Amino acid sequence: MIRDAAGRLGFAPSLVVALLAAALVALVSITSGAYPLALGDILSVIIGREASDPVASMVLLEVRMPRFLLGFLVGAVLAVSGALLQGLFRNPLADPGLIGVSAGASLAAIAVIVLGNTWLGGWLAMTGEWALPIAAFLGGSCTVLLAWRIANRSGQTAVATLLLAGIAINAVAGAATGLLTFYANDEELRSLTFWTMGSLGHAGWDDLLVGAPFMLLALLAAPWLARPLDAFLLGESVVGHLGYRTDTVKKAAILVVGLGVGAAVAVSGLIGFVGLVVPHLVRQLLGASHRVVLPLSALVGGTLLVAADSLARVVVAPAELPIGLMMALIGGPFFLALLLRTKVI
Amino acid sequence: MVLCVNNVSVSLERSRIVDGIDCQLKAGELLMLLGPNGAGKSTLLKAISGDLPYGGSVTLSGRELGQWRPERLARQRAVMPQRVEVNFPLTVEEVVQLGRPKIASGRSDLVVDELMNELDIGHLRHRLVPGLSGGEQQRLQLARVLAQIIDSPGDRLLLLDECTSALDPAHQQMVLDLVRRLAKAEGMAVLAVVHDLNLAAQFADRLLVMKAGRLVHEGSAREVLTPELLDTVYGFTARVVELEEGYPMVVPRRRGPSSAYTAPVNPSCRQAS
Repeated sequence: MIRDAAGRLGFAPSLVVALLAAALVALVSITSGAYPLALGDILSVIIGREASDPVASMVLLEVRMPRFLLGFLVGAVLAVSGALLQGLFRNPLADPGLIGVSAGASLAAIAVIVLGNTWLGGWLAMTGEWALPIAAFLGGSCTVLLAWRIANRSGQTAVATLLLAGIAINAVAGAATGLLTFYANDEELRSLTFWTMGSLGHAGWDDLLVGAPFMLLALLAAPWLARPLDAFLLGESVVGHLGYRTDTVKKAAILVVGLGVGAAVAVSGLIGFVGLVVPHLVRQLLGASHRVVLPLSALVGGTLLVAADSLARVVVAPAELPIGLMMALIGGPFFLALLLRTKVI
Repeated sequence: MVLCVNNVSVSLERSRIVDGIDCQLKAGELLMLLGPNGAGKSTLLKAISGDLPYGGSVTLSGRELGQWRPERLARQRAVMPQRVEVNFPLTVEEVVQLGRPKIASGRSDLVVDELMNELDIGHLRHRLVPGLSGGEQQRLQLARVLAQIIDSPGDRLLLLDECTSALDPAHQQMVLDLVRRLAKAEGMAVLAVVHDLNLAAQFADRLLVMKAGRLVHEGSAREVLTPELLDTVYGFTARVVELEEGYPMVVPRRRGPSSAYTAPVNPSCRQAS
């Protein structure tokens, strides 16, 4: 292993390894599934030639490709959002799921699904096909803001308050979701289940077109926050002493997380643990500087989610497990093991 | 003047913590702020640091603090808070580097190296900050704030809130000696909150004494550190001895006759002896 004097992995070799892993997982994801795809066909389609099997070409372009791309983007966005929140709150336990952001985004999306024909008809008319991602984005942003306000009443982030606020927000959002479920008809109920369990099963180009701009924007904006977030690790007042506009940085980070998580939830439902496990793992191996944590988290998060999704498709084939369930199954024990192994978090 | 504080007041939770303070600080001057717990020293420092809203006026190089662009201000003013807690696995070197201005000069690494060695944390450069002792963390934070302004052009103001509270006597001397040397050599203006009267007497050019939010005394160590003042401000009796080194030393007296106090002894022990 290539380690520097502080016993950490180097950034460049890690980046290369992460890129190779992402490429490998991409290949596995594209080839695994109910319809067998020959490597030759995949190569033909990629370089723009006719595949020998026309169905293969269709499966690859219309099903597997968008699913891989969407899964990778969602994983990357969730991991980066986790890293941003952890930096902002100076707490390695902050996660879009734990502090209720995902639940808030999901509640807003579910409200649009269930009430779209009645109370929220105006919203649908106004936003068209963007109704879901925009609602999820607003729901996500409002929740981050709420958690932030509650935890920062005294001017300093109260960590315990933040996590307790997350529990309360999750409970309230859960109850409201339950209430909406109660009002939903059978068809709405089916799409509701999709939100709460998390799934990439319906992924298509239209989902990608709607969600990807938000998620890409969030991913591209995140690196600008790396330096001020490093300052946040020394305490909120230090951010100002070092010449950053604390409020602007906070608002930008909240916006990026709301944007990214909102869009991710809008296209894939609730998927937990990526935001918690991935940045934690990256920090253990490469240190806490956000200039390293943010890009590596994006790569590792995308790779992890696509790998979990590939696994979810084969373990109970021809059916598939919801990806949210799969991530909880992988992420929960993994996180516990990490906690038990490490002294400094 | 580097720093001009005019009639500054700070209120927290509807009570006035700092009440109409005036003071000035010129380049190369080391000013130490004394006073009992709750006198408002840290609050005044936080107002000058931009952490708390204040009434009155605070100017740096003649310009009101609020009119500075944050990134420019950070090159002229560095703040070491009383406590900085780092929970994340950053190394010592990374934290000192965080203090460096965004556009770091070519000698950035040299400056960081030199400061770490001066403050006796050079050997810890690759260690993770959460595993350091309290004193090592305090020296690290001082290295970070010095790295922030040490080679900036123009007036520089260093604000220190109890920067030696976790240090052993040898490191206290080392740290304050360095601060004083840098103040003189680089023309930095330093305002430091301290509790140790003898360190203040030894290193400060001038002392300010606060009590209940107000400035009650100002002057050299010899003028300020008198038995009368110690009694009225702190409420303890002490002798003040003039040392041949040229500064006074405060020697507190024990309360009551020292021989009158005997510890309660367990009767069984007494028999055994």
